[in-house]
Amino acid sequence: MRYLPNSPRDRAEMLRALGHSSIEELFSQIPEPIRFEGRLNLPGPLSEQEVLELFRQAARQSSRKYASLLGAGAYSHYRPAAVDALLSRGEFFTAYTPYQAELAQGTLQAMFEFQTLIAQLTGMEVSNASLYDGSTAATEAALMAMRLTRRNRVVVARTLHPEYREVLATYVRHLGTEIAEIPYTPSGQLDLAALESSLNKETAAVVIQSPNFLGTIERCGEIAEMVHRSGALLVVAVAEPLSLAVVNPPAEADIVCGEAQSFGVPVAFGGPYVGFLATREKFVRQMPGRLVGETTDSEGRRGFVLTLATREQHIRREKATSNICTNQSLCALAATIYLCLLGKQGLKALAEHNLAKAHYAAGQLAAVAGTSIPFAAPYFNEFVVKTPGKAETLLRELQAKKILGGVHLERFYPELKDHLLVCVTETVNKATLDRMVQVYKDFSAQKKVGAAAPAAGPHPVGQEKA
Amino acid sequence: MYPEELQYTKDHEWIRVDGDTGTIGITDHAQKELGDIVYVELPKAGDPVTAAETFGTVESVKAVSEVYSPVTGEVTAVNGKLEDHPELLNSDPHAAAWLIRVQLSNPDEVESLMSSEEYEAYIREAESH
Amino acid sequence: MKEHPRHARPHITRDEGLIFERNSPGKCGVDLPAPDVPAAPASELLGEELYRKEISGFPEVSELEVIRHFTRLSTWNYGVDTGLYPLGSCTMKYNPRINEVVARLEGLATDHPYAPADLTQGCLKVLHETARCLAEITGMDAVSLQPAAGAQGELSGILMIQACLTDRGNPRKYILIPDSAHGTNPASVTTSGYEVRNLKSDAHGCLDLAELDRAMTEDVAGLMLTNPNTLGIFEVRIREICDLVHRKGGLVYMDGANMNALVGIARPADFGADVMHLNLHKTFTTPHGGGGPGSGPVAVKRFLEPYLPSPVVVQAADGTYGLDDNRPKSIGRVRAFYGNFGMAVRALAYIAANGGEGLLQTTQDAVLNANYVMRKLQDVYDLPYDEPCMHECVLSDRRQAARGVHTMDIAKRLIDYGFHPYTTAFPLIVPGAMMIEPTESASKEELDEFIEAMRAVAEEIEEDPEFVLKAPHTTRVSRLDEAKAARKPVLRWKP
Repeated sequence: MRYLPNSPRDRAEMLRALGHSSIEELFSQIPEPIRFEGRLNLPGPLSEQEVLELFRQAARQSSRKYASLLGAGAYSHYRPAAVDALLSRGEFFTAYTPYQAELAQGTLQAMFEFQTLIAQLTGMEVSNASLYDGSTAATEAALMAMRLTRRNRVVVARTLHPEYREVLATYVRHLGTEIAEIPYTPSGQLDLAALESSLNKETAAVVIQSPNFLGTIERCGEIAEMVHRSGALLVVAVAEPLSLAVVNPPAEADIVCGEAQSFGVPVAFGGPYVGFLATREKFVRQMPGRLVGETTDSEGRRGFVLTLATREQHIRREKATSNICTNQSLCALAATIYLCLLGKQGLKALAEHNLAKAHYAAGQLAAVAGTSIPFAAPYFNEFVVKTPGKAETLLRELQAKKILGGVHLERFYPELKDHLLVCVTETVNKATLDRMVQVYKDFSAQKKVGAAAPAAGPHPVGQEKA
Repeated sequence: MYPEELQYTKDHEWIRVDGDTGTIGITDHAQKELGDIVYVELPKAGDPVTAAETFGTVESVKAVSEVYSPVTGEVTAVNGKLEDHPELLNSDPHAAAWLIRVQLSNPDEVESLMSSEEYEAYIREAESH
Repeated sequence: MKEHPRHARPHITRDEGLIFERNSPGKCGVDLPAPDVPAAPASELLGEELYRKEISGFPEVSELEVIRHFTRLSTWNYGVDTGLYPLGSCTMKYNPRINEVVARLEGLATDHPYAPADLTQGCLKVLHETARCLAEITGMDAVSLQPAAGAQGELSGILMIQACLTDRGNPRKYILIPDSAHGTNPASVTTSGYEVRNLKSDAHGCLDLAELDRAMTEDVAGLMLTNPNTLGIFEVRIREICDLVHRKGGLVYMDGANMNALVGIARPADFGADVMHLNLHKTFTTPHGGGGPGSGPVAVKRFLEPYLPSPVVVQAADGTYGLDDNRPKSIGRVRAFYGNFGMAVRALAYIAANGGEGLLQTTQDAVLNANYVMRKLQDVYDLPYDEPCMHECVLSDRRQAARGVHTMDIAKRLIDYGFHPYTTAFPLIVPGAMMIEPTESASKEELDEFIEAMRAVAEEIEEDPEFVLKAPHTTRVSRLDEAKAARKPVLRWKP
């Protein structure tokens, strides 16, 4: 087997040195009744060419030939070639967690740079070295706020990503934490009056997303004021952090967290991604996840180490701030490289490009008969469209034209039947947008009412929920 | 080595009693076990403390230790120097690096604590295992 | 004192500052295509109040400078590619390059999780097949790939135990954990709401059955154990252990971190585990990446299947794949979307390259290598538990401690011999622990070099302990002041 460096002769010599005559003797302590003697029903063994063909087959049955206007927490952006070139260096991707700092200054310095970039982008004072993803980052932020305030109630915006809300619920169920949901207004933003009346002395945190799941940007300053008056902390989750290059960060928030997948990490059917969490310096000892700090060695040279480890599972064990062990180091490295490549100028230009494209598309769609853009609040690169007729049918028409036109919001918000969440990034060209608009026009003209046809939504096998 | 005017607990805290007030800290043995101290978490003036219950933590790079109160009472003062200079606990654990001062609600509790001699014997016992 | 040892290689000491320190306004590492839609000023579209004028402090460098910056940084690291990486409990094995190629294939790297199922059959098939293979290897009946890493797998498993016992009428209060367990175990238990009860190991470093019997009361939900344990020793009484727990109405969670010792040899479902997690970044070669991403799928017996995180990848009668989110008994989601798909691709590629026979051979080599190292070092370093080990062994610094030298110091000196250190100070039940896991990715030749290096360090400790205490001597930076980093944390660059 090509990955194994020992030859039969090596094995024989080692067995001899151990006084064994066969390799089976090394397992003699395992009781007979639980020894597995059968054959594992697994694919292979395959040569490298055969492995490649196996996965090429799978890759053919994909949506790679379609233009995608899907966002909703996973964003398609162009990944510069330098990202993979650098990630592929064995010293980066085959290294372990940098516990032995002298042998890991590369990873540690890169993570320190990641922490700096995230802090700069979010307008916060400190950031950690990444968490699993946006959904767990939002959850960890809420838990952190609960520890800091010693309160047990969390208020969340209904426009916080539905799956982020599900994850939060899973994590707090046993704590008996009350989770209250605040609806959105006709403008697509958080209902401030509803928030005000929901806040009480038990509220640890208010968790919102901006731009939110419907694409609109929240009034973070006003929300922060309201939240702070009740003694709670404001957590702002950002699922599309490219927005922060052109939208002012929520500097009044206590914790800014979210998903950095947009920065050089492939969409890859949902993972691996990279969560981030940034906050004020005074909260640093309650932060979950790894932290890289600057220090000096015995000769006074600058170096970096994992620090404040006493918060973590390997020391605190049951009293840890979180059970998290891994961060998403390689994905965080991808984000760091990406942000350095684009830099101050490039990231802004890219964000403005996304902004312009999305607004162009929305403008064109709004002009189609029977189509509207229901939410008037400002947005970045995602917006909601009310379709001229049944969304499911329209999506199939778009699919026939090799366009994935958006996410039908009905599955998350029953009141938003026939509304699509449309995301326009720099990866969709104007010709495609115009083609999409044409499909809307044709659809609207025919006034198709959508016959009962097999659903083409993302989860066709799921049955109707009771 | 261990000051005679202090009394000691099995968890390596010391207390200096003056009438019905006490000053509490951790012993030299404790700071040696922990290594370089980096952070101390203490209660606020006015907080209650209970004998044998924890009132704070002392952290080194690699470990965290709970600190237990030898007595019951109310915190009257907290050593502010430790916020910026936690390393004081390594250099002067028995005097300058005191942790809290308390008003004792039950001065009889100190009867059950160890003298410096008893504490030294206690450590010797523990180390020989 | 020894001469400059063979294999010591000074790390490249080229200085490279932080990327922010080489700023030069006006530079950019990419050239974006010109926008093909009508220009629209951002300040107008967003309004002056929302519009961000600039990201203060962000770098401005060319593509070349980015390449040089990170290339130089990478040379300061040590990876599995560099040489033996004997970190116990981490399974630092070879990361096959074909895995990286297939994970980047267009279609697999680019499909959106919300794209219609009829267009993502390839991705769904990969998830389904990976889950099936992991079930086959562990003997379990169902697998979820949703948990992002081992710790999340543990949390999911414990939550499933909780859900199941709640259905049976009483979730109970405690989970038993051996004192040799990895730190994520008690942390995960606490995160689920159970309380931890520690079990002392016996004189052989294994689970003490009498202790277990005493501790296993009617308010204990289950036992969380690692097999082989963190000493690398197989719990030979595992069937009895599981039966005991089951008899009292509890369930058994197995931490699958040490599966590299068991693949093809024994299946946890067969010896009584009800639920377990796997670490794809350990046993299944997905790269450690400097600390992640990992992947911690959770595998369960049939009766726990309804509680798996939702959605579950299913295959319909006509062979098509889909996602079933109609799971009323599910513990819910532990993360958005479906899990670290990219890691499932790599794990499946590894499994397919090996087949059952290759995986068995891999396990055998891993166990052979660890035993070889243990036997060749036990005359020089203390062996606290003289039992045959499996894929890892634990020595201790007890003899060297008499000279004032400890496990961390020995580890640092090993660096000068060109090796990454072993795991220091874990498991906690062995004072001064030195945990060595060579994995199968080590030739006899390399093992002999490692053994020679360890023996040389032992000699140095006898002759010149001070020299060892000040190690490493050949790296870019010497020992770093961790106390300083923790007292006054500096966690970012500031201009």
